[in-house]
Amino acid sequence: MTTATESARLPAVRNRLTTGQLPKRSTLYTVIGGFILAAALQGLIGFNWFGLLVFTGVFYLIAIYSLSLMKENRRKALDRLVSGLVCTAFILALAPLVSTLWTVVSKGLGILSWEFISTSGGAAHIDPDTLELVSSSGALQAIVGTLQITGLATLFSVPIGLLTAIYLVEYAHPTFWLRRTVNFLVDVMTGIPSIVAGLFAFSLFTLLLGPKAFSGLSAAVALSVLMIPTVVRSCEEMLRLVPADLREASYALGVTKYVTITRIVIPTAIAGIATGITLAIARVIGETAPIFMAASFTDSFNANPLSGPMQTLPVMAYTGYKFPGQDIDLSNNQAWGAALLLVLLVVVLNLMARIIAMIFAPKTSR
Amino acid sequence: MKRKRDVSTSSAVVPARRVTARARPADRVFKFLSTSAAVSIMVILAGVALFLIIRALPAIGANWTTNPDLKTGVTGGFSGFWSYVGPLAFGTVWASVLALLMATPVAIGIALFISHYSPRKMANFLGYIIDLLAAVPSVVYGLWGIMVMRPFLLPLQEWLNAYLGWIPFFSGSVTSTGSSILTGAVVLAVMVLPIITSISREIFLQTPKLHEEAALALGSTRWEMIRLAVFPYGRSGVVSAILLGLGRALGETMAVAMIISPAIVVSFRLITEGENPQTIASNIALNFPIATGLQRDALIGTGLVLFVISLAVNMVARLIVNAKPRRKKVRDAGNPRGSDPGRGDGVSAADAEDDEMLSPLAAHRQERLGDDGYDGADGADGDVAAARTAVSAGFGAGLDKRAEGDQP
Repeated sequence: MTTATESARLPAVRNRLTTGQLPKRSTLYTVIGGFILAAALQGLIGFNWFGLLVFTGVFYLIAIYSLSLMKENRRKALDRLVSGLVCTAFILALAPLVSTLWTVVSKGLGILSWEFISTSGGAAHIDPDTLELVSSSGALQAIVGTLQITGLATLFSVPIGLLTAIYLVEYAHPTFWLRRTVNFLVDVMTGIPSIVAGLFAFSLFTLLLGPKAFSGLSAAVALSVLMIPTVVRSCEEMLRLVPADLREASYALGVTKYVTITRIVIPTAIAGIATGITLAIARVIGETAPIFMAASFTDSFNANPLSGPMQTLPVMAYTGYKFPGQDIDLSNNQAWGAALLLVLLVVVLNLMARIIAMIFAPKTSR
Repeated sequence: MKRKRDVSTSSAVVPARRVTARARPADRVFKFLSTSAAVSIMVILAGVALFLIIRALPAIGANWTTNPDLKTGVTGGFSGFWSYVGPLAFGTVWASVLALLMATPVAIGIALFISHYSPRKMANFLGYIIDLLAAVPSVVYGLWGIMVMRPFLLPLQEWLNAYLGWIPFFSGSVTSTGSSILTGAVVLAVMVLPIITSISREIFLQTPKLHEEAALALGSTRWEMIRLAVFPYGRSGVVSAILLGLGRALGETMAVAMIISPAIVVSFRLITEGENPQTIASNIALNFPIATGLQRDALIGTGLVLFVISLAVNMVARLIVNAKPRRKKVRDAGNPRGSDPGRGDGVSAADAEDDEMLSPLAAHRQERLGDDGYDGADGADGDVAAARTAVSAGFGAGLDKRAEGDQP
């Protein structure tokens, strides 16, 4: 109140709200200034995209802090400095993402062709025209292996995960010991290192079936251990979002609990559940270590998940680099091709999750 | 549970407290199925521990100097299991801690950017972009580390060795290919970044608007608002986010196995080659295909140690998250979607929360009034006090009262 009367008495010379502030566009101007300065410096010591960005950032931060310190005050200068740092952190995180995707696409596109997808590697044959031995470089065995192992893992983990979530949300009393224990163990399971899951599957199958027990099934078991907690958590979250009113309305009509869950609760939450499961698949499809432990690796085609080593895309990317064949360049290229296919699969799964969420979303709001 | 239900349905004389329908066969089967699914989680976890222990025990108990399997090959030259796993455990923790040191500040910065700096409409999209970092498979990061990060960081490492070589971390003969633990830690940092970011972001977004607006109303800049309202509120959440990131980094295999050129040693040097401490997971991945007999069991034993370490880290993280369920409840108070049928306390916790928040705000007020750089504060003292009363009096009612009282 007192300030208002005071300012009314004083002659209105300047707008008090904007005095002692840097001009509106000062951030933009400072960035441009920093960029020009960085470019000039780069002209002196040699050009480099990353260096240009780093110097621009450093110059901007120094400039905005000192400008603000001169024109404004210490607190506002600090505020501007922190804003700059926070934005820098975000751009800094984008750098590896862009760089990774760019590297994978540029290296993998060279080998990616219909032949790469549709033939299996390691199968040498004689070219009928030139009569020379041609070793094929396909990834069919890895694609089939990845799809089979991930499919089996999904088959194991979705029923267990969904039913556990239903138990946690619909059946168990919040203070019941089993619910609390399971809740805690699901958290613990989320933290199992992926290689430990692989060792578990290896130990399990070697103890049951003898020393050479590499198989796709074993890898699927390993992936299930990693996938179940993710599925439980996402399903649980989605089931909790279903309004209690719907359940109570159903009970009030005399519908039994089982029918309420399968006809009311799950259909209401199905979009979220499907999205969660798709994201869980996308998470485990790129796991390398457990599959490497449990299914080993091979160059030959094996579509029987019950016996024998199986190749998968992530393991192909790993072994192509770590244990290359005679033609090292070809092995490396295959590794990049497999990596690109894997990234594509993950992207497709993520998009699918979005689309599922979008298509089914209106149902939940009904 | 089952017996209870039978009692309530059969006793018609006593008015049942809960009216339950007659259980049908399908109902019972479904309940049995979901309960056994929950029990199977316990069985699976117990199975993981059990099978690892069964395989590992022979190697842990064996005499490593005389056993024909263990004294050669990947496990040769060690006096026993613990002297083998010790340096590996050190390497695992060391690489993860290095990665966290790099990832944490950046991750908190990104989380703040998304939650408090970026335009509201963009926040979801930006969060999705950061989540994409988590979607990239680890083996792809490994390839990327080999092809891009190794040559990229090589000049930096040479520079560090040449000019800062007197610091023990940068001493030793510098790497010639870039396969040092520093490179590995940078790639690990990129991999744990999205985890820490997404959890911190959620926590920051849940800061009560009341606290933020109170801080802003007292004349805070945005950074001071974050320091006074957002950080105190999210501290425990951020700590557990960091621990969960640590859990991920401890178990990460491929990136380390592909990038670092290791040895089983305890060394703090960051930029050497061939004498970088090896991690448990990467050691297993590299040596498992060539190990035979008891050597494999020894590797499984190291896996068991890794399991125990990451279990401990994750449990501590969860305990910190779950230690303050009341705090979490408060965030949900204004959010109709977050209603948890399990717990139903919110009001009393909200009051306690406001009281707790007052102390930093009060401290800030003192600090701010003492700061001569602040202009336009003259006469604001009374307003600040009124705002404080408003906050403590449950805001809405308090503000109304104040507005009435201030009318001339």
